[in-house]
Amino acid sequence: MTTRKVAATPPATVSIVLNGEPRRVAAGLTAGGLLVELGLDPGMVVVERNREIVARDAVAATPVEDGDRIELVHFVGGG
Amino acid sequence: MTSRSDAPFVIGDRTFESRLIVGTGKYRSNHEMVEAIRATGAEMVTVAVRRVDLDRSVEEGILHHLDPAEFFLLPNTAGCYTTADALRYARLGRAAGLSDWVKLEVIGDERTLLPDTAATLEATAELVADGFKVMAYTNDDLVTALRLEDAGCVAVMPLASPIGSGLGVVNPYYIREIKRRLSVPVIVDAGVGTASDACVTMEQGVDGVLMNTAIAAAEDPVAMGRAMKLAVRAGRDAYLAGRMEAREIAVPSSPRSGMLDPS
Repeated sequence: MTTRKVAATPPATVSIVLNGEPRRVAAGLTAGGLLVELGLDPGMVVVERNREIVARDAVAATPVEDGDRIELVHFVGGG
Repeated sequence: MTSRSDAPFVIGDRTFESRLIVGTGKYRSNHEMVEAIRATGAEMVTVAVRRVDLDRSVEEGILHHLDPAEFFLLPNTAGCYTTADALRYARLGRAAGLSDWVKLEVIGDERTLLPDTAATLEATAELVADGFKVMAYTNDDLVTALRLEDAGCVAVMPLASPIGSGLGVVNPYYIREIKRRLSVPVIVDAGVGTASDACVTMEQGVDGVLMNTAIAAAEDPVAMGRAMKLAVRAGRDAYLAGRMEAREIAVPSSPRSGMLDPS
C-alpha cells in the first residue's frame, strides 16, 4: 500500500474587522469560538456584530462571517 | 437624646446605606482601587465600557477585581459625544447582564467636559423608553434638571464643577435650587477635590455625591477614601442638624454678665 503525499490545502479563512483591526479567522468560526480562541471569558465580554449586540445566550451559535465587524467590549475603570 | 434621623437613600427601586457613589478610573493599581473603594463604604460604583485590549495578556476587565455581589456596578457612557454613541454604550453595558441602570453622560465640549444637555435629554427619552433606569450627568442648570426629571430619570446629577477639576462646588445656590425643585434624588457628580468639598456638597442638602478623581489621584487613595466617607456623612448630618445663621459680626459665646471689675 502506498501513501501519497498531497499538498495540504490551506485552511479556509474569512476576513473580519475585530475591534477596529483587520483580522483573518477560520471559516465556520462562531462568536463563541472566537472568544475561546482569544482566551476571553464569555461571561465578562459583550459581543457586538455589525452594530448589533449579540445576546449572551446567542454568542455560542452566532456565526462569524466574511466582512463582519465585531466588537468585543468589557467593563474597565471609569467615573 | 434624640436627633433627627435620616430618610433612607432610595434611587429607583434600590435603597442604599451610603450616600457616596464612586468611580473606578485612574487608580494606580486594581488592588489599590478595591481597597480605596472599600474604605469609602460606597455600595454603588461606576464603570466604563471599552474595547477589550486584544494585545494584552493581562486580564484588565474590572469584573476580575470587583465582585458584582459586593458592589452595585453602574455602567457609564463616559467619552460619548453624541446621542447615538451614548445609546450604543448604554446598551452594550446593559448586555453585560448586571442591571438595566446607566449613568448617562453625553459630553459637549472637550476642554471642559461640560455636558451636551440637549443630547442628554434626547438620549434620556430613548433610554427610558427602552426600559433603562437613567442617572443623568448634567450641568448645574435648573431647567435642564427639571426636564431630565420629566423625561423619567431615576436621579439627576448636576456637576459641582468640571469633571476631574477638583474645584469643589462652584455654584451652591444653583445646586440648592435644583434640590429644592426636583422630586427624584439629586446627586452631585464631578468636581469634588477633597473632603471639605464633599462635606460642603452634602451640606447643600443634596441626596448624594459621586466622585472618582479626588480619591484615585490622592497620594494615598485608601486614606482619602476613608476621609470622603466621613466627610459625606458629616455634611449630611450637618445639613440635617440645620446650621446656625451666619452673621458678619461676632457674638460672644461666653456670658457678658458676671465679669470681674476691669483692672
